Amino acid sequence: MISLTITDVFFFASLIVVYLAYIGKSISGPLPAEVLGLGLVGVNTVALLASSATVVVALRALRKNKQTQFLTWLLITVLLGTWFLVGTGIEWYGLIVDKNLSLQTNLFGSTFYTLVGFHAFHVTFGVSVLFFIWLCSVLGWVQNKHHQNIEYVSWYWHFVDTVWIAVFLVVYVIGK
Amino acid sequence: MTTAPYNPLSSKLHDWVTTVDHKKLGVMYIVSGLFYLIVAGCEALMMRWQLAIPDNSVLSPDTFNAFFTMHGTTMIFLVGMPILLGAANYFIPLMIGARDMAFPRLNAFGFWLFFFGALLLYFSFLGGQGLSGEPGAPDVGWFAYAPLTSTTFSPGSATDYWIISLFVAGMGSIMTAVNLVTTILTMRCEGMTLMKMPIFAWMMLVDALLILIALPTLTAIQIMLLLDRQFGAHFFDAQAGADPMIWQHLFWFFGHPEVYILILPGFAFVSEVTPVFSRKVLFGYSLMVAATVSIGFIALGVWAHHMFATGLSPAVLSYFAGATFIIGVPTGMKIFNWIATMWGGHIRFETPMLFATGFISMFVIGGLTGIMLAIVPMDWQLSDTYFVVGHFHFVLFGGLLFAIFSGFFYWFPKVTGKLLNETMGKWQFWLLFVGFLLTFGPMHMSGFEGMPRRIYTYMPGRGLELWNMLASIGALVQVFGFSLFVINVIWSLRNGKLAGDDPWDAWTLEWSTTSPPPPWNYAELPSIRSRRPLWDEKHPEDPDWLYE
Repeated sequence: MISLTITDVFFFASLIVVYLAYIGKSISGPLPAEVLGLGLVGVNTVALLASSATVVVALRALRKNKQTQFLTWLLITVLLGTWFLVGTGIEWYGLIVDKNLSLQTNLFGSTFYTLVGFHAFHVTFGVSVLFFIWLCSVLGWVQNKHHQNIEYVSWYWHFVDTVWIAVFLVVYVIGK
Repeated sequence: MTTAPYNPLSSKLHDWVTTVDHKKLGVMYIVSGLFYLIVAGCEALMMRWQLAIPDNSVLSPDTFNAFFTMHGTTMIFLVGMPILLGAANYFIPLMIGARDMAFPRLNAFGFWLFFFGALLLYFSFLGGQGLSGEPGAPDVGWFAYAPLTSTTFSPGSATDYWIISLFVAGMGSIMTAVNLVTTILTMRCEGMTLMKMPIFAWMMLVDALLILIALPTLTAIQIMLLLDRQFGAHFFDAQAGADPMIWQHLFWFFGHPEVYILILPGFAFVSEVTPVFSRKVLFGYSLMVAATVSIGFIALGVWAHHMFATGLSPAVLSYFAGATFIIGVPTGMKIFNWIATMWGGHIRFETPMLFATGFISMFVIGGLTGIMLAIVPMDWQLSDTYFVVGHFHFVLFGGLLFAIFSGFFYWFPKVTGKLLNETMGKWQFWLLFVGFLLTFGPMHMSGFEGMPRRIYTYMPGRGLELWNMLASIGALVQVFGFSLFVINVIWSLRNGKLAGDDPWDAWTLEWSTTSPPPPWNYAELPSIRSRRPLWDEKHPEDPDWLYE
């Protein structure tokens, strides 16, 4: 899991390096300062970061064999992750339809959708796996031998959150 | 439902296709690698035929472009990578006393990704369109510089084949690297601390870590290029404000570590072969480990020495030249360690050792020309000439390929139970050695004369005829060497001498099990006390663990 994370770190590092290199290089608009707002994405960020905390609580409950608590907190994690995805979807809808920014519009559009999109793709994967674990737990399929694997999934989830902090800083703070 | 009648051939095929055994996967990797070695060798041979005389017209310029692209791409991604991953797959679990890799199914998945990625790349000969839209394979060079690979300049689909096939094969390599790191770190047998691992395992560990760090960068830029080409993005579109240098920087951030990803397994093979055939322990084991790790680190910080001719600032040039000189230090340490291992040893010049010494001497030359190219003004003169082609073939052919043959002759008896024929092996070595020097030595000279690489022909009267003719004759000599190798393998599989468990009187764990090893490797998992467990077993009166 650690080695898989290393390789993913360098994948995102490449995307981020390109994003940083291209800040302010777009020849035509819309530019980041014109279209990116902090409101919706701020709420999304809070949701995603909170989900990192809830997954920790869920795991703690799992280790103490408190099944109901584990299920509740895991479900909250899944919902927070989904919230983030829906929020990103709304933001993108606004950008594409109202602000006329697509992948093809300019350099900013290309780098923005690729970086944020690949992160959202990772979130989607994480949410799916967490939901799958939740479903299996509800059906009573999860045994003690699976607990270690659930722990690894939580590592992945923390990693996705950490990447978002970097992406958020680069796109919404430095890049604006 | 009725069961199909038993058919030995299809059940054997079913065995191989569905296997998750690290040994079978290793063999499949190596056999695919050797197959593509022959394919890419034929492409190179066609290029040498074309270049034998000035103004030749054996190959059209378009075909020549496709051939040098496919030759480079194939040799790196479909020959070097699978052979090294195959060797690591086969021998790491055996050497560290494990029954299989950490994730056997992931291992199989990685192999099949590589397999179909490779097929996709070669399907482009039938389905692709080259630079100017004519049918053909990718023809944009193995490093596919964007923006030259954008749709404006290479409209054909061959470039998309290049992107997608290497993307798929690269995912396979990343998975196998994850698997290798996990296996080496968690599945060592009792008593095998990190510093008691065979040096092979250390080098493969650093190698796998380099794959994990470097390959995702290639994946990322390939995705960007694909988005540019197919979805109208502007990552490499200078008209939209993009930096035409960004591909080069990121590509070489992958590309230079890739060179070390290829050569470290070569070091690993030679570091196992040299001690056994010198009848001495490896000189300076811990220094060797330190050198390997520092090569791994420095390899990540030298990429722009491939870009000296692109107008970087003097500060950047000085840094990258300096870093490149520094990487010569740990590499030199290794070379001195191998020489010190042989020094005063009772050397047996059997084929594996011949290839190992060939490796050391040729790699030194390749390393020295590399240092020459790290001198910035010299690189400005020689960049993109045949001098560079000569340099990296000394490293990858005289270095890596000789090391691969050394390892192949050394471990073939373990894998098949049969020894390869020594006489044919020695002939093969000398034919390849002479052919190799004759092919790639003169390239340095034609490079000095200013012959550019990747141009399909040259004019008479520029002092290039002799060197090119010599190189082409050398290529012909190599054909005999490689043919002899194929004959040797087929002949030895049928008539080779039975090897027994330990034909070379070696010391690492893989020689303690049968040849070929049973599917479970070891009936009882071994437990070791030194780096040479078999020496301890054979010489209980003077075991190694007293001194380590």
